[in-house]
Amino acid sequence: MNQKAVVSVVGKDVVGILAQVTSACAQNNINIIEVSQTVLDDYFCMFMMLDITGAKCSIQELNHSLNREGEKLGLSIHVMHEDIFKSMHRI
Amino acid sequence: MLNTHDILETIRMIEEENLDIRTITMGISLLDCADSNIRKACSKVYDKIAHKAEHLVKTGEEIENRYGIPIVNKRISVTPVSMLCGISGGDPVEYAKALDASAHTVGVNFIGGFSALVQKGCAAGDRELMEAIPQALAETERVCSSVNVGSTRAGINLNAVEVMGRVVRKTAELTADRDCIGAAKLVVFCNAVEDNPFMAGAFHGVGEADCIINVGVSGPGVVRSALKKAGDCDIREVAEIIKKTAFKVTRMGQLVGTVAAEMLGVPFGIVDLSLAPTPAVGDSVAHILEEIGLEQCGAHGTTAALAILNDAVKKGGVMASSMVGGLSGAFIPVTEDAGMIDAARSGALCIEKLEAMTAVCSVGLDMIVVPGDTTAEVISAIIADEAAIGMINSKTTAVRLIPAIGKKEGEELQFGGLLGGGPVMRLNTKSPARFIHRGGHIPAPIQSLKN
Repeated sequence: MNQKAVVSVVGKDVVGILAQVTSACAQNNINIIEVSQTVLDDYFCMFMMLDITGAKCSIQELNHSLNREGEKLGLSIHVMHEDIFKSMHRI
Repeated sequence: MLNTHDILETIRMIEEENLDIRTITMGISLLDCADSNIRKACSKVYDKIAHKAEHLVKTGEEIENRYGIPIVNKRISVTPVSMLCGISGGDPVEYAKALDASAHTVGVNFIGGFSALVQKGCAAGDRELMEAIPQALAETERVCSSVNVGSTRAGINLNAVEVMGRVVRKTAELTADRDCIGAAKLVVFCNAVEDNPFMAGAFHGVGEADCIINVGVSGPGVVRSALKKAGDCDIREVAEIIKKTAFKVTRMGQLVGTVAAEMLGVPFGIVDLSLAPTPAVGDSVAHILEEIGLEQCGAHGTTAALAILNDAVKKGGVMASSMVGGLSGAFIPVTEDAGMIDAARSGALCIEKLEAMTAVCSVGLDMIVVPGDTTAEVISAIIADEAAIGMINSKTTAVRLIPAIGKKEGEELQFGGLLGGGPVMRLNTKSPARFIHRGGHIPAPIQSLKN
């Protein structure tokens, strides 16, 4: 079964956000299925749907490494399993 | 793709509002461990728990990693030990030690089930177990104990109530050097439920399967924050917001429970959709009540606000899970709730108000520190009052009092961790001794003519 995760990036728009996240994904054999971005209240919000079925690292590890990258750029980055959103917001 | 708002809301709940899974509790039946030789029985108990729960903690951590949701506690509940005592005889403390050893081996922080069900009367092993509770809780670290003294169908066993008053006091005395922590692990119930995953009152009922996984969710901070955002809406809207929030929180519990049961290869029992506070800032049930519009918890209006909260939590949660059980509602443990502690310190919250609140909350008088010179009879009488509220209203009630040995009003006890700490609360000290020492049985109430 395909396992999916959602990456959320929220913060001020800076150069290289996409590059940082996508290269981390590529390094860990994670395929990016979908990307959407929008500006909410002056904040840059980007969401990515990832296929983590063949990932070389756990969600937690990816989350930690992206958190660290995000902090350097002043962004809040989170990675969470898709099941959480599905179970919480869909009946 | 998922909705942006939904994603941000979920992240905020976990990151900022302390949404977590409070406990995954594995219920294990010990009926097949019974033996007429107590030593053999204890060794079977240890082996069964160590075998069944071998992967419990690891599985919990794996789920935490996979989903990024904190699972605060991994725990075990077992069949009421008095049943094993009835068959083996001997010193029940030996069972407590076997339970404690198995809890250490598998790495859970509490194991519940050093329990007896005596609502109608004491069978073999029950009396011995009750009398052994003080020593058992003083000599073990992780064992929790509970005794059910009444029910709506059976009435209240006043003899057991009398015994438990003494037992609570003695438990505190034997652990006086550790802030009387023994008493914090002892609950006296009326209408105890058999599938409660929350400590200290968890035990694995005899009507349950051999091994199951129950999940207790939490999330007072999430509810409070949702209400804060809504501002001055009318009270029906308040109930709606609580319902919707409880739904989301419970869905998370359902997800975690289903996955945990699958990974461990045991059936999924229930989700207990309780709002369980912790002493952490932003994780308080009292603060929800204050957000509804009270200056401080304990003010007149608290009972009504709590009734709305308790009912709305159930309504939202029931829709979210295929199996709801346990205590399900809002807990009001004083020392475990930052807002309650403040209210008790300031004098806004007194024990009489708490007693009224227990008529509409999910359990009862919970984690209340009382003066060290409180007599056993007064404690018994508090238990009797609380059991009467439960019996008449067909709800679970409980008493978990901590007599602060050597301390009086104005002083405080500190347990640390989830158990928190709080001030000694004033009690009415007029003697109920003659009533308590009458003994016997309070008849079960009539179930019609409900006024």
